[in-house]
Amino acid sequence: MTSPPSAPVGTASRATRILGLVTLVGLALAAYLALVTSPQDENMGNVVRILYIHVPIVTMAYVGCGLTTLGSVMYLWKKSIWWDITAAAAAEIAMVFTALTLVIGMIWGRPTWGVWWVWDARLTSTAMLLLLLLGYLAVRRLPAEAATRSKRSAIVGVLLLPNVFIVNRSVTWWRSLHQGTTLLNTLQPKIHDQMAFTLIFAMLVVALLFAWLLIHRWRLVWLEEQLDAHELDRAIIERRAEAAAAQAPVGSVG
Amino acid sequence: MLRDALLIAGKDLRIEARSRVALNQVAPFALLVLILFAFALDPDSGVLDRATPGLYWIAVLFSALLAIQRAFAIEASDGNRDALRLSGLDPAGIYLGKVAAVAAQLTVLEVLLGLGVVLLYGSHSGNWPLLIATCLAATAGIAAAGTLYGVLAAGLRVRETLLPLLLLPVLAPVLIGSTRAFEAARSNTTAEGWPWVALLAVFALTYIIFGVFGFGPLLEES
Repeated sequence: MTSPPSAPVGTASRATRILGLVTLVGLALAAYLALVTSPQDENMGNVVRILYIHVPIVTMAYVGCGLTTLGSVMYLWKKSIWWDITAAAAAEIAMVFTALTLVIGMIWGRPTWGVWWVWDARLTSTAMLLLLLLGYLAVRRLPAEAATRSKRSAIVGVLLLPNVFIVNRSVTWWRSLHQGTTLLNTLQPKIHDQMAFTLIFAMLVVALLFAWLLIHRWRLVWLEEQLDAHELDRAIIERRAEAAAAQAPVGSVG
Repeated sequence: MLRDALLIAGKDLRIEARSRVALNQVAPFALLVLILFAFALDPDSGVLDRATPGLYWIAVLFSALLAIQRAFAIEASDGNRDALRLSGLDPAGIYLGKVAAVAAQLTVLEVLLGLGVVLLYGSHSGNWPLLIATCLAATAGIAAAGTLYGVLAAGLRVRETLLPLLLLPVLAPVLIGSTRAFEAARSNTTAEGWPWVALLAVFALTYIIFGVFGFGPLLEES
């Protein structure tokens, strides 16, 4: 069976290739800035370098959650598959970025606090965020017709951001009753100029990475939907051809 | 809408009164959880009394999962969900009715569990108005969020496994709020408890509003 002539061979276009290349160079440059040129921190020493990747990733994870809820709201409003796919693609990347945030955060926490995990408000609500995203993606994976799946996941997606907000508030409140200020606040006071530059640069590069991933995931989800739609047509044509082939000899005899 | 809600709540509670599934299966399960906690944590060390608020609300949450699944299982057979969709009742009314029925069953369950912790754990009670207000607000929140996610999972082959994954992270604020409020009531620092009750009430209200709008589309797709 040959594929139809219009079938794409990949999800890349010239624009995404350029974007990907820029991101790659940017990531290398950010790594160089973060690991070589930026100074050590007075309190944390070299461990501070992890934050140049940690902070941008958690920021983009939150952007991904926001996009998921935005996409869900817009889908319910406009009923456009475009928004549904945006929500789906953003949620997947947000999930990966949230998981990365937790892993990188734990690697940072071990030398800084001496333990992998503390029941800090931010850590706990990030873990809850990961679980909420896993729930959303589980709903997306439920076998159903495209319209049913879109509507179902859109309603769960609309609730994602309010849930994140309520969980975050309550967890913060829960912890603040036990300890005055969180350990993370000790980071705030003074930031070296070059540190600030490195952080902003890393933010920009990770945002590009997010956009690149989002475009590719978006196209992939779209192609999957197309495949689902075409697969049925293709199967029907095949069965008809089989039926015609089976009837042909009978026809020639009669 | 309210008339439809009363109809649905009456229907669900009548089915429960006749089948007694919540009373004969969910309530014993809740008591079983209390006993399992005693096995897991040394009952002689006084840890059960100290941990009562947390253990109590964990038991309520687990039992609530069963009660919510039951609330949609009663319509699973004989095309009853189709009948409900075609009944012409306001979806918001159906939602509120289901929430009320689940909340009523949970309230009975909470009274039983309350007796359980007092008798089995030797827990002391505290400020009664705060305890009761916490129970009411938390129950409304659990029922409101549970019914919304319950209808989403209803009719799916993976409903038993999907519902806890969707619902428990969402109910985390309820667990935090109700546990803290109970602790405040027991330690007679009621001023610390009332803000948590307010949080629980806001949670319940938020979910009731979401549910009133979201339940209809989800019922159509279930």
